[in-house]
Amino acid sequence: MGALSLARIALACAAFGLLIPPWYGLESGFASWPGGEAAPLAVLLAGGAAWWLWPVPLILLASAPSLLAHRAEGRLLIACGAGVIAWVFLQGWAIGLPGTVWSIAAPFVGDASQPALGWGATFLLTGAVGLLSAGLAAQGRFNGDAFVSFLVVGSAALLIAFVFAPLLTILSAAAVEDGRIAPEAMLARLTAHEAWSLACVTSSLGCGVVWNTLALATLTGVLSTLLGLAFALLSARANLHLGGAFRALAILPLITPPFVVSLSLIVLFGRTGMVTEALSALFGIPRSRWIYGLPGVLLAQLLAFTPIAYLLLEGAVRQIAPSLEEAASTMGARRFTVFRTVTWPLLRPGLAAAFLLGFVESLSDFGNPLVLGGDFDVLATRIFFAIAGARHDPGRAAALALLLLGLTFGAFALQTAWLGKRRYVTVTGKGDAGVPSPLPRGLAIACGAVAFPWMAFTAIVYAIIMLGAFVHDIGRSDMTFTWRHYITAFEVEWFQGLVFRGAAWDSLFTTIEVAAISAPLTAGLGILLAWLLARQAFPGRRTLEFLAMLSFAIPGTVVGVSYIMAFNVPPLELTGTSLILIICFVFRNLPVGVRGGIAALAQIDRSLDEASATMGGGAVATLRRVILPLMRPAIIAALAYSFVHAMTAVSAVIFLVSARHNLATVYIVGRVEAGEIALAIAYSSVLILIMLAVVLGIDKLVGRAQIGRRAPAGAMQTAPVPVTA
Amino acid sequence: MPDPAIRFERVTKAFGPVRAVDAVSFDLPQGALVTLLGPSGCGKTTTLRLIAGLELPSEGRIEIEGRDVSRLAAAERRIAMVFQSYALFPHMTVLENVAYGLSVNGARRAAAEAEARAMLASLGLEGFEARLPAELSGGQQQRVAVARALVLRPQVLLFDEPLSNLDARLRRRVREDIRDLQRKLGLSVVYVTHDQQEALAVSDLVVVMRDGRIAQMGTPTELYEDPADAFVADFMGEANVIAGEVLAADGGRARLRVGGAEVEAAMRAHPVGPATLAVRPEAVTLVDAGGVPGRVARAAFLGQTREYEVETDAGMLFVIAPASAPAFAEGAAVGCRLERVIPLRG
Repeated sequence: MGALSLARIALACAAFGLLIPPWYGLESGFASWPGGEAAPLAVLLAGGAAWWLWPVPLILLASAPSLLAHRAEGRLLIACGAGVIAWVFLQGWAIGLPGTVWSIAAPFVGDASQPALGWGATFLLTGAVGLLSAGLAAQGRFNGDAFVSFLVVGSAALLIAFVFAPLLTILSAAAVEDGRIAPEAMLARLTAHEAWSLACVTSSLGCGVVWNTLALATLTGVLSTLLGLAFALLSARANLHLGGAFRALAILPLITPPFVVSLSLIVLFGRTGMVTEALSALFGIPRSRWIYGLPGVLLAQLLAFTPIAYLLLEGAVRQIAPSLEEAASTMGARRFTVFRTVTWPLLRPGLAAAFLLGFVESLSDFGNPLVLGGDFDVLATRIFFAIAGARHDPGRAAALALLLLGLTFGAFALQTAWLGKRRYVTVTGKGDAGVPSPLPRGLAIACGAVAFPWMAFTAIVYAIIMLGAFVHDIGRSDMTFTWRHYITAFEVEWFQGLVFRGAAWDSLFTTIEVAAISAPLTAGLGILLAWLLARQAFPGRRTLEFLAMLSFAIPGTVVGVSYIMAFNVPPLELTGTSLILIICFVFRNLPVGVRGGIAALAQIDRSLDEASATMGGGAVATLRRVILPLMRPAIIAALAYSFVHAMTAVSAVIFLVSARHNLATVYIVGRVEAGEIALAIAYSSVLILIMLAVVLGIDKLVGRAQIGRRAPAGAMQTAPVPVTA
Repeated sequence: MPDPAIRFERVTKAFGPVRAVDAVSFDLPQGALVTLLGPSGCGKTTTLRLIAGLELPSEGRIEIEGRDVSRLAAAERRIAMVFQSYALFPHMTVLENVAYGLSVNGARRAAAEAEARAMLASLGLEGFEARLPAELSGGQQQRVAVARALVLRPQVLLFDEPLSNLDARLRRRVREDIRDLQRKLGLSVVYVTHDQQEALAVSDLVVVMRDGRIAQMGTPTELYEDPADAFVADFMGEANVIAGEVLAADGGRARLRVGGAEVEAAMRAHPVGPATLAVRPEAVTLVDAGGVPGRVARAAFLGQTREYEVETDAGMLFVIAPASAPAFAEGAAVGCRLERVIPLRG
């Protein structure tokens, strides 16, 4: 696309935003349009209101003459685009809802006030970004391709607005006390007793929340790695043909809201739980609340994260070239020596990766500590209570969020440093025939002794979820069959049409709607970003990649806190809308789409792009007709991932939901808090079944798509059609 | 005189500190098949990509048929390229592949497909329209790639090592097909290869490149018989490069001193004095006595020919003799008669 056509479209878009949609965000709807609350900017200006926005149409007008004369003047367009964006935001920050925020503006505008930006501003800003991009392209940036320029500038703007800026907001919130900047308050918050106390070493008091978090994360990391390793060794090396069962196990946490296992653990081990009852009746072991605290949370996290470690380690075990082990055994090493001297060292990078993954997952986990933590607080829950608890203290929440962010970034830095140094290339281009050496006998028995009971335990935990919904009160061992939980949650009535009476319908519909809207946005933005990062060379590419991947390392709780702090006041006021939920999901799940896209693009030879270019295909045509069709599996996978994650996430969105826009997971957590375990379980089982259907359905689609792409490549290698012509 | 098909004026392409193409200038005539030849890393592929617009020059000016295209992207130039991997779109049928360029340039679907069909037919690919590229043999894929390029009626057609994915027996036929097609349609073709035989066989003009610069440019005969330096001499078929002294050289014959012996050989005019000489292995005749004396260090029988390595005072000489010539055993004392000698510049 040429710079001129982009500039014209952008100007039209900005003009539309100026003239038609309401400039400000609406409280009560479009009824008063084109006047009153829903007035577009043009009407406001004509009526003498918001006169400080006059520069906006004037700047836009300045770009028009040259565009009408078929010229795209780079500098002018850049100045116009950037000028409009800067002016809209500066005036937005300077003049807020309560009146002038910046005292420097007071002499000029008096006590003017304005609400948050609305759809008119959104179109206008989009147009301004388009003008800016067209200007850059006209100056020869991005190889003069305005389409690429717009994608880069636009996605950078979105990433800055919804990933980077909220993080900065946390930083500033931690440093602000009573409305002024107070570095000493920030220092005090970051070194607070509640975070770093070592009281548990010397007394019966609890330790600081940082130590709690670290201890839990370390235990979860180590134990989930060991459990995962046992499964991986058995499935890859023991000839037991358990692949199917193990894979079923691995898919479960993907489709389960993270805290659901906690519910099951309460049913089993709570004060009135089934196991507790049995032990008490049979052996007289006193009932206790041991499950609420570190042991319970640890158990729940192990159930949730071991499958992830297993998937990662199975890959690592299978990547070890059998010829290396065969080489060792031809040199006279016995089975166990081979394992100790060759297999184990080669596995170490995988083990480190699995540990760090478990560690980071545990740091970010919010649902399980919330449900099972009891008095054992971790950073994620403490942050939540600092915002939602009785003592609302945003500064404290921000400081705790910074501590949590520091821990996760530290873990990722460690992982990068470790993996950067120790990556053994065991996968070479050459075919490596050879049979993997079987596990040493003792080790196989040990693995089995760990893995099989754990698998049985996992099965029971999930069985409880499915069973618990159909009995009166599984929490008190009242096992009579009933539909009443489903009726409470999902009752439907025919009263002059279908009426969704059940308590869960609202949140379920919102959840599905939000997930269904955010999934295509996530996949689309992710794939486009992947294409930019993998296929286009432009200055700032590394920065864009960093921004795109950044949210991967930010725990959900931190995202939630940062969003309510960043988007609670004009000019960008989104809290209480379903839009903020969608935005939150899009940017949280984006990194996975980007990664998948980059991996898929690595499989598509660059000469295909180049062939299209030499035949006259511009960036748009190449993308639409060559690249995207070939990336279909990656696109579908990104869709599935973001849909499922939007359905199961709780940590970030628990801060962002509102009475009008509640989500299934948050609703379930609320039921648990209220003690309605059975209802929570019933709802969870429905969620799991929906997700299972989605994942299996998509698996089928992706499977077919992959066959469609792989078969020709395979056929080319193995069965060349003889020359006939 | 018409504009050259392609003109490079001091074109440089730098990748960081590396100058893959370094201040290269040349004119390539229209309607000719020009080969860019050189070892890997010599800049020939970068030169081709500069012509295609897949790379833009860091410095200098590129013209195609008189039009400055230096800043134009590939999509805006009227070139077409046949890739080494063919780069056929795996998700499109043969027909869709060939019609692709027409349709992205705005042709209606029906018109594009009709034209693509005609092009496929003219290349003997009738009946393959509905197949996917993966269902074709290597040679057929190559022809589809050519059809896809030709259907756009490009000003210049580019080939990037088009034979490297074909087996040895198919190569000769495909390269002759390309040459016939180029002659029949009067196309301007630029062809990249690292195989000197391939270059000699098909080209009107060969550009030998080395380290991002042009080592020599000329017709195949010129390059073979009158290479500019030792590199070109050695690259265009094997050559013995030896030091010698020109005693007299005029009118096609020369008297030379080589390895202590005085010999006579066919050679172009050259000033008297020390010189670096190239001798093709087949331009040496082994005799019992006479010429440059030496000893057979190694002898091998190859069927049509015999190959010898002969140790002389001028250094080791590699000699190819027809099998019909008298054979010499290893260790035998022989004389090397130099039939034809090429003086090298520098």
